[in-house]
Amino acid sequence: MKKFLHKYWIDFLAIPIGLFVFAAPFILIFLTASKNSKEAFQFNFEMPEKFLLWENIKTVLGTSDGVVIRAFINSTILTIVSVTLIVVVCSMAAFVFARRPGKLTNFANIMVLAGLVVPPAVVPTIWVLQRLHLFKTLQGLILIEVAYSAAFAILIYKGFIASIPKEIDEAAAMDGCTGFALWRRIIFPLLMPVNVTIIVTTSVAVFNDFTNPLYFLPGSDNATVQLTLFYFQSAYLTQYNLLFTDILLITIPPLIVFIIFNKKIVSGLTAGSVKG
Amino acid sequence: MSKAKQSKIKNPYSYALVAPIGIIFAIFFVIPTIVSFFFSMTRWTLFDWEFVGFENFVQYFKEASLAIGFKNTLIYGVVTSGLKVIFGLALALLLTGRLRAKGFLRSVVYFPVLVSTIGVGFTFSILMDPNYGAINKAIVAFGKTIGWETYGPGWLVDPNLLPLFSVAFVDVWKGVGIATVLYMAGLASIPQEYYEALAVDGGGAWDKFRNITLPLVRPATAAVVILSFIGGLRSFDLIWAMTNGGPGFLSDVIASINYKQYQAGFYGLATAGNVILLFFVLAIVGPVYWFFNKKEKQA
Amino acid sequence: MTKRGIALALPLALVFGATVAAPSQAADTEITWLVDNGQANQDAANALIAAYEKANPGNKVTLVLRPGGTDGDNLVKTKLATGSMEDVFTYNSGSLFQALAPSKNLLEMTNEPFMKNVLSGFYPVVSVGKKVYGVPFGTASVGGILYNKKVYAKLKLKIPTTWAEFMANNKKIKAAGIDPVIQSYKETWTSQLFVLADYFNVQAAYPNFAADYTANKEKYAKNKVALRGFQYIEENKKLNYFNRDYASTTYAQALDKLALGQGAHYPMATWAIPQIAAQQPANLEDVGFFAQPGPKASVNGVTVWVPSGTYIPAATKNAAAAKKFVGWMTSAKAVDVMNGVEGFAGGPYYIKGANIPNALPGAVQDVMKYFAKNATAPALEFVSPIKGPNLEKILVEVGLGITTAAKAAAAYDADVVKQAKQLGLKGW
Repeated sequence: MKKFLHKYWIDFLAIPIGLFVFAAPFILIFLTASKNSKEAFQFNFEMPEKFLLWENIKTVLGTSDGVVIRAFINSTILTIVSVTLIVVVCSMAAFVFARRPGKLTNFANIMVLAGLVVPPAVVPTIWVLQRLHLFKTLQGLILIEVAYSAAFAILIYKGFIASIPKEIDEAAAMDGCTGFALWRRIIFPLLMPVNVTIIVTTSVAVFNDFTNPLYFLPGSDNATVQLTLFYFQSAYLTQYNLLFTDILLITIPPLIVFIIFNKKIVSGLTAGSVKG
Repeated sequence: MSKAKQSKIKNPYSYALVAPIGIIFAIFFVIPTIVSFFFSMTRWTLFDWEFVGFENFVQYFKEASLAIGFKNTLIYGVVTSGLKVIFGLALALLLTGRLRAKGFLRSVVYFPVLVSTIGVGFTFSILMDPNYGAINKAIVAFGKTIGWETYGPGWLVDPNLLPLFSVAFVDVWKGVGIATVLYMAGLASIPQEYYEALAVDGGGAWDKFRNITLPLVRPATAAVVILSFIGGLRSFDLIWAMTNGGPGFLSDVIASINYKQYQAGFYGLATAGNVILLFFVLAIVGPVYWFFNKKEKQA
Repeated sequence: MTKRGIALALPLALVFGATVAAPSQAADTEITWLVDNGQANQDAANALIAAYEKANPGNKVTLVLRPGGTDGDNLVKTKLATGSMEDVFTYNSGSLFQALAPSKNLLEMTNEPFMKNVLSGFYPVVSVGKKVYGVPFGTASVGGILYNKKVYAKLKLKIPTTWAEFMANNKKIKAAGIDPVIQSYKETWTSQLFVLADYFNVQAAYPNFAADYTANKEKYAKNKVALRGFQYIEENKKLNYFNRDYASTTYAQALDKLALGQGAHYPMATWAIPQIAAQQPANLEDVGFFAQPGPKASVNGVTVWVPSGTYIPAATKNAAAAKKFVGWMTSAKAVDVMNGVEGFAGGPYYIKGANIPNALPGAVQDVMKYFAKNATAPALEFVSPIKGPNLEKILVEVGLGITTAAKAAAAYDADVVKQAKQLGLKGW
């Protein structure tokens, strides 16, 4: 028994504390989403009188001609396409920056820093989008998301690529494999662990993005999921139960992404350390 | 690959690979930013503009809440990034160590990263409500048991710096998962042999930490510090969602001051504010970035 | 390559197809209408659309919601600037309307036949010079003090006609263990009513205040009468007359407190009435209204918030259909529909011959008495284009005791400088 305790004491401490700190707010979301409007107003952890989660979900999905469903579809397309583009074009560029010192690379470092630091300018961006006939289009918003996520992705990719031995490139180059083919056949597969990281963080960021769709893809036809929270938060009376049901619903896709890729993150990391 | 290219001894790192992201970045980020520099020197109603030189900047620095804003921005940035480094590394060590429930707890720790910022802001605003929130209700109940009469602190409404720190706490709660993941990646890249070698030499846990872990995890620390510091200095969404810069102006940061100008329709002034924020962050983060880069080159 | 190629191609193909959208508009008989998401406004808008579509088969109006408050202001301006505004939109009149650059962005309505239905008293707040750009939406609202009748009855209090009487009442209320004045600083806009509703008293003492204020000749800090509004807040805070949780009370919670008698007074405007009707229908009749009192009983009247306007952007592609809808909104039928929305009518309409329903909540009947006596004045924001963005936050600071009334007034005077310069006004 003592041995059991000695082995597992950290677990006994860590699990409840971890749950309390990190999961408690989620429990509040879940409980509030299951209550009726008046109970939700109480803001407490008490169990709802009647478990109304399913009813609330139906109400939420039916609001305004199913705007929430449209929003989910739009957000999903937005996320998948943006993230795919980011993974491809950013790793390509980071590869060059990591391997090829020179003026362009120095310039790129400054641009990366700028990309992280400079807050985007809303109206000039709209002006650019309009010139290109991309304003209020999903395509336009996708390109925006790629542009805004580029700095972070390139930064991470660059760091990781630096740890891939240059000999691999040189060996491939001697076989005539250069440029795009080099990236595609040799480097990109080696980037799998960090690809996973980028996919997870970027898809969550894009899916949860609120301000960019608000400005660049306005209109309830084009709704994305964060904007649907508005429908339950009127100026005077917030229906908290429906609001939290919506929050619950829009947390599910990122959760699914995480569950799918969670194992890969772990195995990717340990694979790296075995290589040493 | 064509034979013609082969014979040229071409650099295998073709700049063509940079082109796609380069173009996207230039069009959708660089150009609007440059355009906005211009507009920061105008009085801009979105419908027409009038060149006013540096008047916006002068007006900006007359802003009553500005001193508070600069101070708060710095505090917020330092506190959130500092805590993310400490807790991120601590959690990463815990979650790569002896723990059996590793997989489960990793998900638990990372989970807040997934919830939308607005959702988090709402949830914690409710938890922190001074009268109806669960946190203060617990404090009041606890107080009753030990005979201490209290209503609990006004987490988001006290007329001092408490609101700012409350939001910072939520920011760390939400973001520490990413720091932990970055640190876990960093820890995983440290070869086990180093630890074993030190153990053979009689080194204990603290020596291992100080002499092996800490130095070798520096790239991860650099990434965490820079990313979270920049994010903290620029932070807006969470602060705005939870306090709106209030009570009054007490939790205002530069980003929220700028947003208020923007909201009020002073587009030139708001753009000038963003320019100022940009230089402020560069001035502070620049040295930090340079410091870490130097060390990396040394290593 | 093939496998990955397909994986890449599929989402791209989806993108080059359309986004999943509602069917595109047919020309000319389908229009869109942008309204803020306040519950009462939504209800009224939906009712109007339903009636309009019934009376005009083949015509479709799609309602689009936007946030209220300053986020809404921003969104409206951005949409107009980028030519992406809906065919019809409802927005504030007065100084906020002026900030939209109407001559450039809106469709003129001066000579439209339906303008005959609109009372000329409405024209100034939706005009630039002689050109009119909007029709009224809903009724006027009136600012003053909402009070709980049951508390007054229990403590045998009389409606105060001077500030001194008001504060004396508060003292008795506090002694009885009830919160004299409710404040709800979680929603900062509610902090402004003591100052803004006092404008009736200011313009009674200084009839030229609006013009002088616009010309940078009057200041809140310097004008003793104007400063009073700020001092009222300071005074109540010092005497501890606010509800204990005032820093975190929401607007909805404040209305509940008022209706249920947990607080006696709430400085607010009558747009709150439909809200109370929705939240506490059983206690709606416990709520009454009186004008914010000044120093003299002889000067006692209410400050009026002119209704919002409904406008058409110049860039619309459906001008004819839009005008048809907007015109219909000035008709007697439309007024009937609006009257049918519970509690939506909070004062007089600015439409000729419009009747207010007979069964009005008691608070609104109290309001109508002032109109009958002609004891009304429009709020400052309708007679001067200047309103600084930070007033509400500055007043919260006064209410929390962070700053004094004098300093706050000076801060607000400095705040409006930005607005004045932005509008390019002379003398600033």
